Amino acid sequence: MNRPDAAEGGNRDRNAGMLRAQERREEWGLLSLAAPALLVIVLVILIPVGWLFYLSFIGGDGQFSLEHYRKMVEYKSYARTFATTFEVSILTTGICILLGYPLAYFLALLPPRWAGIFMLAVLLPFWTSLLVRTYAWLVLLQRKGMLNEFAIHIGLWDSPVKLVHNMTGTLIGMAHIMLPFLVLPLYSAMKKIDRDMMHAAANLGASPATAFRQVYLPLSLSGMVAGSLIVFILCLGFYVTPAVLGGGRVIMVSTQITAILENQFDWGAASALGVVLLVATLLVLYIAARFFKFDAALFGKG
Amino acid sequence: MKLHNEYSGGKLAHTIVGAAAAMLVSGVAHADPVTVVSWGGSYGEAQDKALFTDASKNSGIEIIRESGASMSKACLQVQSGAVTWDLVVTGSGGAASAAAEGCLEKIDYSVVDVSDFYPNLYTDYCVGADVFATVMAWNTEKYGEPGTEGAPSTWADFFDVEKFPGTRAYRANNVDGALEPALMADGVPPEQVYEVLSTREGKERAIAKIRELKPHIAVFWESGAMQAQLMKDAEVDMTTGWNGRFDNAKKDGAAVGYTFNQAMLDYDCFAMPKGAPNKDMAMKFLAEVSKPEYQANLPFHITYGPTNKKAYEVTTAPKELIEALPSHPNNVPLMLPINLDWYAEHRAEALELYMELLSE
Repeated sequence: MNRPDAAEGGNRDRNAGMLRAQERREEWGLLSLAAPALLVIVLVILIPVGWLFYLSFIGGDGQFSLEHYRKMVEYKSYARTFATTFEVSILTTGICILLGYPLAYFLALLPPRWAGIFMLAVLLPFWTSLLVRTYAWLVLLQRKGMLNEFAIHIGLWDSPVKLVHNMTGTLIGMAHIMLPFLVLPLYSAMKKIDRDMMHAAANLGASPATAFRQVYLPLSLSGMVAGSLIVFILCLGFYVTPAVLGGGRVIMVSTQITAILENQFDWGAASALGVVLLVATLLVLYIAARFFKFDAALFGKG
Repeated sequence: MKLHNEYSGGKLAHTIVGAAAAMLVSGVAHADPVTVVSWGGSYGEAQDKALFTDASKNSGIEIIRESGASMSKACLQVQSGAVTWDLVVTGSGGAASAAAEGCLEKIDYSVVDVSDFYPNLYTDYCVGADVFATVMAWNTEKYGEPGTEGAPSTWADFFDVEKFPGTRAYRANNVDGALEPALMADGVPPEQVYEVLSTREGKERAIAKIRELKPHIAVFWESGAMQAQLMKDAEVDMTTGWNGRFDNAKKDGAAVGYTFNQAMLDYDCFAMPKGAPNKDMAMKFLAEVSKPEYQANLPFHITYGPTNKKAYEVTTAPKELIEALPSHPNNVPLMLPINLDWYAEHRAEALELYMELLSE
């Protein structure tokens, strides 16, 4: 009576072993599929970033030195630039959420044909050059721009209001450019939400507001977090829009890096700024992830 | 001194083809073409028409013309040991900094004849290509035509928002030509400006003066194109900037005027990256384009002046055009020549202080 069992056990072991081997083969196979992408990442991201990291510790005399980092502490402009960069990024992300969430919700509710048409309106700016869009805002918002002229003409205000060449103009332009990056992931997350869940919640006695808050909002959160992260990170490195619409008053880290490179050819100092921005960004993301518990979305943990 | 960021796909392709061609023929020792790098837009076009095309034809030196000149890129080529550029156009300050970094080749003045040059318009490491002035320009509808009663005429006027109420524009993210006006407005005689600026206190005095004006500075400009645009759109009432840009804006119908009084006389120049692949040939080409007969044609294409005095004698440009050039003998005494030694030594510190002010 024992023998067949033992044979079966042996078979099971053998099967399990073969399954494991197959699994490993598959993993290696998948990895080899990803290899070109990994190689590209190593070549164009890891190596250059590592090189910049190394450069940031090399002083003017070619020796190891902390002078670039010391300078960042000595002159207040650096701290202010970082503060401005994060301020612009956080505010832009906030504005995008405020504008983008209702928009994505609206799109998700529409029948597919209409959603397609409205989605086109969201995507259309994507197909226009960033520079063109930014300058278009300049034309609209400047002192003798269309908006001021029109508002004065119909008597909304008497003298031109300062809408551009400052933080206001920068945020308007940035929010416009970043909005699709938030709406797209949010919309796709919302489309995946089963409408029956809302009906079920209503069946169980939830008011529409409660159902939205307790069912819809949490389910759409993953899309919102993904979208916000994309917007926030893109904002951190933004150059053109703050440079054009900020009128030299909104100085981002990217602006300062350019200034250092163009004026002083100092790759070390510029690299040090890049390194600090990278570290600060990772730190902020890590803290935010712990705080908002979106580790899963960010770091792929369960 | 100028930040020109004008790239185009076509020019890039040209660059790549040019570089590839240069590599292919580098085995042949005799006539490698000289790679000349300038800025895009009307500036580079003016040089092509006035200087490069004819100089190349007459000297028989073949050139590859590229755009996107930048001292930081030239330095990167030198530092990475892959120099492909022979002659690069740069602002005088950029050349001074690049020379201090050890990125430039010394100019061989036994080949390049500068005996008729203005003495301040060439250094050991670069040869003046054209002269421009950093001036104050204003909306003539608001403050009157230059030279008329009540129109602004000094930097003190620029900084005086009670006498000349309105908005201003000033330089962004670059300290070149930004501190001198403030000191002159604060009562320092032009000839003492650089002496005062050589101390930390002097720099801080200039910064303090700009800080006073800052609430009235509506925009900080990044480029020459922006200076012109600000005046065309009447976005600000008065700005600093490069004279040629305002002449162009005026041609386009802008109500803009400027004065050479107390302006800063500055120049663009040709520099050679250290280890330039065709050093000898490039030096000969540099000698050719520095001749007065080519420079004499420059004013027809851009209102920047020749660096070679003799060009004024041989030019066929009309008198009004010649007198409007910054390097005209009538205009030069009105201005403060940029002091490159000061920039070489103090630029980094001045930039830190200026960036600190801008970020406030």
